Amino acid sequence: MARITLSNLAHSYVPQPKSEADYALKQMDHVWDDGGAYALLGASGCGKTTLLNIISGLVHPSQGRVLFGDADVTHAPTAARNIAQVFQFPVVYDTMTVRENLAFPLRNRGMDPAYIAARVSQIAAMIGMEATLDRKARGLTADAKQKISLGRGMVRQDVNAILFDEPLTVIDPHMKWELRTQLKLLHREFGHTMIYVTHDQTEALTFADKVVVLHEGRVVQMGTPQYLFDTPEHTFVGYFIGSPGMNLLDADIQGTVAQTAAGPVPLGAAYAPPQGRTQIGIRPEYVTMSASEGLPARVLRIEDVGRHRIIRADVAGTHISVIVPEGQPVGAQLTHVRFDPAHINVYANDWRVKGTR
Amino acid sequence: MDKTQNNRAWFLVLPVLVLVAFSAVIPLMTVVNYAFNDTFGQNQFFWNGLGWFEDMLQSERMHGAFGRQVLFSAIILAIEVPLGIYIALNMPKSGFWSSFCLVLMALPLLIPFNVVGTIWQIFGRVDIGLLGHSLAALGIDYNYTNDPLDAWLTIIAMDVWHWTSLVALLCYAGLQSIPQAYYQAARIDQASRWSIFRYIELPKMAGVLLIAVLLRFMDSFMIYTEPFVLTGGGPGNSTTFLSIDLVKMAVGQFDLGPAAAFSLMYFLVILLVSWVFYTVMTTLDKQEGK
Ligand SMILES: Nc1ncnc2c1ncn2[C@@H]1O[C@H](COP(=O)(O)OP(=O)(O)OP(=O)(O)O)[C@@H](O)[C@H]1O
Ligand SMILES: [Mg+2]
Repeated sequence: MARITLSNLAHSYVPQPKSEADYALKQMDHVWDDGGAYALLGASGCGKTTLLNIISGLVHPSQGRVLFGDADVTHAPTAARNIAQVFQFPVVYDTMTVRENLAFPLRNRGMDPAYIAARVSQIAAMIGMEATLDRKARGLTADAKQKISLGRGMVRQDVNAILFDEPLTVIDPHMKWELRTQLKLLHREFGHTMIYVTHDQTEALTFADKVVVLHEGRVVQMGTPQYLFDTPEHTFVGYFIGSPGMNLLDADIQGTVAQTAAGPVPLGAAYAPPQGRTQIGIRPEYVTMSASEGLPARVLRIEDVGRHRIIRADVAGTHISVIVPEGQPVGAQLTHVRFDPAHINVYANDWRVKGTR
Repeated sequence: MDKTQNNRAWFLVLPVLVLVAFSAVIPLMTVVNYAFNDTFGQNQFFWNGLGWFEDMLQSERMHGAFGRQVLFSAIILAIEVPLGIYIALNMPKSGFWSSFCLVLMALPLLIPFNVVGTIWQIFGRVDIGLLGHSLAALGIDYNYTNDPLDAWLTIIAMDVWHWTSLVALLCYAGLQSIPQAYYQAARIDQASRWSIFRYIELPKMAGVLLIAVLLRFMDSFMIYTEPFVLTGGGPGNSTTFLSIDLVKMAVGQFDLGPAAAFSLMYFLVILLVSWVFYTVMTTLDKQEGK
């Protein structure tokens, strides 16, 4: 088990990268704490798999170093890193039985057969495949293969870290929930460092202590789910986390007031005039409809999503989402939207600007 | 869709049947004719029943040729299959050198059989051949025209040189079809080189390997031109394989009856062994799939 440090790291699949755009991962410095449970979130193609492959040693970074604890493993082969990884597209050894598949990583390490047998049945119970242990892995269904792949990732107890690359994509919702709980238990029991790639934010938020958001090859923010929700450092984080994502409005920042096309919006802090394109960001949770206060808005439609309703409104050409809690009436007299000043963030060129109180 | 049953469609198969009859069945029937009859020429035949077959089954000469043939096929399979796999595993997987190797490997396959025989016949000569002369210069007593062991070694070397490429190329094609993800998973699971070969590469190569073994078996079991050109079956009868002996008997001595009987049995042996190979390998494959 180890703390993982990425120092000065960058990677390009192009042999002679010319511009920033050639890099699949832009230069980054990050520390992943020993025993942390991280969720890695990001849009398709942003470099999540590349990052995992660099940590596990399947890909060698074009620049920078990878450290496990204090040991530099940048050039160490995968086997020497003793790391488990569950691939995005499940790999099973199809000439082996399910049991042999699960035992394979342990056998390769020359573990005691009695221990292997015990460990394999534990894992089989976790992934719910005890009944099929002696079947050949060839010809199993896609979700069974994904479970085997997941099981092989969890079977070794002494690994430095476990990397999960969207491990539950084809598993049905009920089993997904069950497996996620098992992963949580495993984490609590052994305290492995775990990095969990997913597209699904509920999955990320339930699994992880810390969420890492990757955007176009750059780690834009790393923090607790609540922190990322309240203070997105980058507009992408605001948009990607939360449902619906954060509202963004172009605005001129003048001290404690943001001038939008629809009128002035009071801010919770004072800002020095920022450079570049400036926007204010506000979560739909902190927007309220009112009869006269705030910016004039035209309601486009109302969506009922069960626990609450979402109003889509047009504010001077920009679409704004408003979450209306259960029980609150919605009526035609509500023609304005009001932003809670304490929860407004200011962005310049997509990055958050700190205000002074 | 409604399918209409029209038996006249069978006529469409007729041209193929006629062709096959003329190219295979009718010539084979003359062999069958010779095998069961005796003749003193002038197209007069006497029914001989299984006589020729009995003679052949008891013939010392045929036993010898058959033994040599089995030994030869066994040796070259034992060398060419592992060697071919080994070469395929170590070939570059992409880029210029991979194409270069492929072309280089394909070269021996493109040389006509009698030319291969001639090449080695000259190559091995002690007076002018590079191989024979070099060996002699090193003080090794090598002469494939006098020494049966040397003759065997030369023929085996020739066959290995000629045909290992085929096995290697087939295996290479099998290896290329393995997705990179398997190797990555194996690295994560800390598999040894041997485990990777045993559990990932070999299973994926099994299909093409079956074809390679079958082809090499059939080809080597019927080998004629190359040893005929190289040693002519000698010294003595030491490299007289089945087909060489058969030709000697039929064309050299004009014993058409025994030769025909024997060639029928020869044909059946090849068919039988190939069938056994195929069934064993495919059922193994099916068991794996369970
Ligand atoms: N082997 C490779 N060779 C060249 N380019 C690659 C390779 N693998 C990935 N890339 C590129 O690097 C970028 C990052 O890819 P990566 O697979 O890491 O994304 P990802 O975040 O895992 O995406 P997804 O969510 O679709 O799995 C993409 O633009 C991709 O096209
Ligand atoms: Mg990916």
